[in-house]
Amino acid sequence: MSDKKSGKPRKPEQHDPAGGPEEADTAQAARLAVFKTYKLYVGGKFPRSESGRVYEVTDSRERRLANAPLASRKDARDACAAARKAFGGWSGTTAYNRGQVLYRVAEMLEGRREQFIREVAEAEGLPGPQAAAVVEAAIDRWVWYAGWTDKISQVVGGANPVAGPYLNLSTPEPTGVVAVLAPQESSFLGLVSVIAPVISTGNTAVVVAAEKSPLPALSLGEVLATSDLPGGVVNILSGRTAEIATPLADHRDVNAIDLTGADFGLAVELEVAAADNLKRVLRPRPPAVDAPDWFADPGTDRLTAFLETKTVWHPTGG
Amino acid sequence: MTAASHQTFAYAPAPESRAVVDIAPSYGHFIDGEFSEAADGKVFKTISPSSEEVLSEVAQAGTEDVDRAVKAARKAFTGWSALPGAERGKYLFRIARIIQERSREFAVLESLDNGKPIRETRDVDLPLVAAHFFYYAGWADKLRYAGFGPDPRPLGVAGQVIPWNFPLMMLAWKVAPALAAGNTVVLKPAETTPLSALFFADVVRQAGLPRGVVNIITGDGSTGAALVGHPGIDKVAFTGSTEVGKAIARSVAGTRKKLTLELGGKAANIVFDDAPIDEAVEGIVNGIFFNQGHVCCAGSRLLVQESVAEEVLASLKRRMQTLRVGDPLDKNTDIGAINSAGQLARITALAEAGEAEGAERWAPSCELPTAGYWFRPTLFTQVTQAHRIAQEEIFGPVLSMLTFRTPQEAVEKANNTPYGLSAGIWTEKGSRILSVASRLRAGVVWANTFNKFDPASPFGGYKESGFGREGGRHGLEAYLDVR
Repeated sequence: MSDKKSGKPRKPEQHDPAGGPEEADTAQAARLAVFKTYKLYVGGKFPRSESGRVYEVTDSRERRLANAPLASRKDARDACAAARKAFGGWSGTTAYNRGQVLYRVAEMLEGRREQFIREVAEAEGLPGPQAAAVVEAAIDRWVWYAGWTDKISQVVGGANPVAGPYLNLSTPEPTGVVAVLAPQESSFLGLVSVIAPVISTGNTAVVVAAEKSPLPALSLGEVLATSDLPGGVVNILSGRTAEIATPLADHRDVNAIDLTGADFGLAVELEVAAADNLKRVLRPRPPAVDAPDWFADPGTDRLTAFLETKTVWHPTGG
Repeated sequence: MTAASHQTFAYAPAPESRAVVDIAPSYGHFIDGEFSEAADGKVFKTISPSSEEVLSEVAQAGTEDVDRAVKAARKAFTGWSALPGAERGKYLFRIARIIQERSREFAVLESLDNGKPIRETRDVDLPLVAAHFFYYAGWADKLRYAGFGPDPRPLGVAGQVIPWNFPLMMLAWKVAPALAAGNTVVLKPAETTPLSALFFADVVRQAGLPRGVVNIITGDGSTGAALVGHPGIDKVAFTGSTEVGKAIARSVAGTRKKLTLELGGKAANIVFDDAPIDEAVEGIVNGIFFNQGHVCCAGSRLLVQESVAEEVLASLKRRMQTLRVGDPLDKNTDIGAINSAGQLARITALAEAGEAEGAERWAPSCELPTAGYWFRPTLFTQVTQAHRIAQEEIFGPVLSMLTFRTPQEAVEKANNTPYGLSAGIWTEKGSRILSVASRLRAGVVWANTFNKFDPASPFGGYKESGFGREGGRHGLEAYLDVR
């Protein structure tokens, strides 16, 4: 929610609890701001961590922003159960319908543009115009993937010309529940760039927000909750990436894992664990390669990484 | 034959001649365009599972041999990947043609070394091998149109480990797309079926491929582990058991190696009450007894709608009584030899577990040869989902029959497995085919047919049946750097 007093940035008030004297209002007694309790987003609801734990989130200059839930292994498992429950319904909706839901996310975000610019500026230490560019790119990314939902099947599937009297048709299908470790360095555009492709094809997701800057992700949960996205399709957890990711990589009812937000050591550990039920693994880019440019054309890689190809044969003639 | 037949028409033996194949007493590794002994001189024997006759002695590759093969492939990669795609394609077209020319020789060789019937090697394996090379040959100069970006690059050296059930066909599935995309390969055939890959080395020589583009090393699981663990390879492609597939997935964690796995299966073959029963029974028989059931996508769980279960069962038993088990080189043989003593022991143990757990075992009476490894085509009824024979991959001619009442129940039972490779549907109702097919978690669904393969058709599994696809445009992705 943007500040009620038009034009007045809310940022200084956010910092009051940190006791920064430079931020104290002077002349007239300022209205005391209502802080937001940031919560997880699981199964369409906003629970606190079942563990009752929180951790303090600061901005890029170590000033306190808020407390965020410190999700536990149990929260991770609950999120998996919610994602599994939502999979049948979400993967069964028409691609057109999924496209409209994703577009609705863009609409809702556009309305909360100022809020996200502020949160991204705080989280990533970006000046206003740069934060605005990030948020605008993120909104446009939802639009990009909204348009993909009913096109990817034609691009990667189709009829195969087999040498015999058969109709042979390959169709992409969502792989199932995908654990997504959101990038650590891009708390919002990176986050959107890894969530949207996963769900656009009908998968459901358990997302681990950037550890140090989870607030934009937790706020995104509020947007998703009001975007006609069925509960459980996206579940968002905040906390220690390694602590939450380990039970996700171990989980027998998770079909795939996106390791983007894992450092090299953790990524290796998780890839080994993921082999127990042969999860599809999207590895983080090797450290030698440049840091990902989240503004770049995303291509289709993240769409196809979490698709299965099903090929159906049927005799012709007769 | 059965009491039901009043008159038995005996088949006269119709053996295919072995004279077309000349197997050398021993083979080394094919590395950098030449055959060479194992560095430590180790060898092992390959036998014909239908007679236990020793066919040849082949080299057992150790880490030194693996290293030499990988280095040869790496050296060859520079030139091979720089060749115009059209030229690479022409090499592959040559291979396809030479395979066609020598297909009878390869068919006999494969039947000898593997134990599968000549009817299958001649009519299924070899035509598909040639077709696979022909198909991917045409992709070599069209990669930029395949949907993987404007300039898709090869990965480098591919380490490929293949199983014993379709030795030459699995080689084709691995080698053809790898070479078309510009990679070089080190391939390890299965321990019990090395010969067709070694003969393929001669095809490579006849086709005039540059040295080191195709390297073939023989050995057991330790050779395979050394190959996939070698730091000099960029890609691992494995077809085999889920257990080994998981070990490989762990071993490549944290490396640059791209991985595709084609693993086990426990396919449901679902027969609805409106299915044409005779056709369905043919499909059930083909689904499980093709290649002695040594097929990852075998229809090993028969799910029959309750109302037609008795009719299907009676018809199936009648049909199974006509199956001819015996000499793989006899053109009338339906079911050949089990590939190895070890596999026979595994099938035997699982069948015994089926009985012990309370399922009802039935097999037609048929004489089995005295030498070699054999198993009667076997049917279990009264099978529940909890039975091991309904859960574990048997990889043999053993069918477990279960029943269902509603399509929903059929789908739930079909999906109740960690595997997800294939499935079959038999019904005359089109909308039912489409709705059931869309709910089955399996990579290949055969409707009113079963066990059909084609180089243009992507093949591969969901869940613990692996990931990646072989065949078609999809199969190129495994060998291209698509990042």
